[in-house]
Amino acid sequence: MASHRLRAREAAAGYLFLTPNLLGFLIFSAFPVVASLLLSFADWDLITAPQAAGVSNYTRLVDDPVFWKSLYNTLYYTVGSVPLTIGLGLLLALALNGKTRGLYGYRAAFFLPVVASSVSVALIWQWLLDRDIGLINYVLSLVGIEPIPWLTSTRWAMPSVIMVAVWKNLGYNMVILLAALQEVPRELYEAAVVDGATPWQAVRRITIPLITPSIFFVTVTSIIGSFQVFELTSVLTRGGPANATNTLVMFIYQYAFQSFQMGYASAAAYALFAIILAVTAVQFATSKRWVYQQ
Amino acid sequence: MLGKSDVAGQVRVTAPTWVQARSRLVGSTVATYVLLTVAAVLMAMPFIWMLSSSFKSYREIFLDPFRLIPRQWTWTNYRDVFRVAPFHLYILNTAKVTLFSTLGTLATSSLGAYAFARLRFPGRDYLFMGYLATMMIPGQVTLVPRFILMKWLGLIDNHLALILPGMFTAYGTFLLRQFFLTVPRELEEAAAIDGAGYLRRFVTIVLPQARPALATLAVFTIMWHWNDYLNPLVFLHSERNRTLALGLAIFRGDVDVQWNLVMAAVTISVAPLVAAFLAAQRFFVEGIALTGLKG
Repeated sequence: MASHRLRAREAAAGYLFLTPNLLGFLIFSAFPVVASLLLSFADWDLITAPQAAGVSNYTRLVDDPVFWKSLYNTLYYTVGSVPLTIGLGLLLALALNGKTRGLYGYRAAFFLPVVASSVSVALIWQWLLDRDIGLINYVLSLVGIEPIPWLTSTRWAMPSVIMVAVWKNLGYNMVILLAALQEVPRELYEAAVVDGATPWQAVRRITIPLITPSIFFVTVTSIIGSFQVFELTSVLTRGGPANATNTLVMFIYQYAFQSFQMGYASAAAYALFAIILAVTAVQFATSKRWVYQQ
Repeated sequence: MLGKSDVAGQVRVTAPTWVQARSRLVGSTVATYVLLTVAAVLMAMPFIWMLSSSFKSYREIFLDPFRLIPRQWTWTNYRDVFRVAPFHLYILNTAKVTLFSTLGTLATSSLGAYAFARLRFPGRDYLFMGYLATMMIPGQVTLVPRFILMKWLGLIDNHLALILPGMFTAYGTFLLRQFFLTVPRELEEAAAIDGAGYLRRFVTIVLPQARPALATLAVFTIMWHWNDYLNPLVFLHSERNRTLALGLAIFRGDVDVQWNLVMAAVTISVAPLVAAFLAAQRFFVEGIALTGLKG
C-alpha cells in the first residue's frame, strides 16, 4: 500500500517537473512539425482561407528549376565545405594534441570565428573580398594576380562562401576532435614511432582509426548543419549573383515570407527534412565499415 | 639526464635508434609549432583587419585601404555608429532576448531533465523518444507554423516571439538528462531519508552537482540567441525592435558602403561574446568537447 502511494507521488512529481518543458515542446516543436506537414498539402496566403491542394505543392517543386538550383547549390556548398572543415579541423587538432605550451592562445585563435555571428563574419569577409579595395585582392596583386570578382561572379561566389564557411566552422570540429585525441593513450603513438614508423604513419595507422567515432560525429553534424545554411549566403552574397548561392533554406524563406505561399514553403521545408534524414540514414548505415567500435 | 636513460631502458631499444626516433619527434614538434603559428595568424587576420578598419577615417579607407596601422586613429567611428542607427537599442534588445531565453531554457530544461533522469511515471520513455525525434528536425521545418502561431497570438514584432520558443529546447533537456544520470543516486537517497522532497533534492543536490553541464547549456544558448539572424528577420519588423545581428545586416546599406563604420559596428556586436569567450574559454571548449564525446 505504502509503496503504491509512493509511486503515485513520484509519478505526480514527474509530471509536475516536466510540465513547463512539455508545454513548450508541444506548442513550439511537436505542433509545428505536424502543422507544417498538413500545410504542405494546402495553399494558404495567410489572408484568404487555406485551400486543400493535394500533392500539387510537391509536384510543383519537382518542376521548379529554382528549387533544383537551390538544391544543387546546397549540395555544392556541402560537398565543398564539409570535407575541408573536417580535414583542416583534424590537422589542427593533430598539431595541437599533446602541446601544452601556447595551447590556450592557439585554440582561441582557431575558435574565435565560431563565437562570432554569421552576420558579422559575412560583413567582415565582404570587406576583405571587395573587388577593388579588399585586402585579399591586394595581397594577390602583390604576386601579379588580377583582381577577382569574388562575390559578384557566378563562378567565384560559391567558392567564396565555402572559403568563409570553412574559416568560420573549422574551429568547432577541431575542438571536438582534439578532445577525442586527448583520450588516445600517447604511448601507443610513441611506441610506433620508436618501432620505426614515421610520425605520419603512426598517426594514420593508430591515432586516426581510434578517433573515428568522433570523426563520424562531426561528419554527421557538419552535414546536417550545412544543409541548413542560410545566414552566411543571405548576407554575404544575398543568394546571388543570378541565384548562384541561393540555398534551400533561402528558397523556403523567400516563398514563406516574401511571397507568402505558406503551403509551397512548407512542402520545400519537408523536402529539405526528407533529404537530411536520408543523408543521415545513409551515413549511419555505412558507418560500420569505417567507424571503430569499442 | 638520468630521466633519459630511464626512458631508453623502458622501451628497450638500442641507443642510436632511440635517439633517431627522439630527434624525429623533436623536429616534427618544431615544425608543427611553426605551422600552428602561421595558421593562427591567418585565422585571426580577418578580426585584426576588422579592428584596424574600424579605426580609420572614411577618407583613409578609400585612399589608402591597405595599411594595417591606421595613419590617424579615428575613434569617432564608434560614436557615429550610434548616431546612424539605434545600436544602443539593438544591444538592449539582444541582451533582453538572450537573457530571458537562457534563463528560461536553464529552468525548463533542468526541471524536465530531472523528471526524465530520475522520476518514474507512465509514458516517460515514449515522451523522451518524442524529444529525441524532434531534435533531428531542422528549425526551418517548424518556422512557417511558428510564424502563423505568433501572428495568431498577436506577437509579431514582439520580442516574446523569440523568447517564448527560445525558452524550450529538446536538445538542452537531452544534454542535462545525460548529465543528471551520472550524478550518484546515493547523494539523493541520503537526503530522502532526511525527509527531503523531490524539489529540495533537485535544488540542493542535483543542480549544484550539474554546474558544469548548466554552464555548457548556458554558453550554447547565449551564443545561439546573441547570433541568431533568421528568427529576428522573420519575427521582428520595426527598427527599434531589431537585434544586433538583424540591425547589422541592414546597417551595411547598398551604395557607398562606409566600411569604417560597418567594421566599428561589427566590432561592437562581436566584442561581448569574444570577451566572454576569452574569459571563460574552458566552458565554451569543454562544453563542445563534451557533446562530441557523448555523441
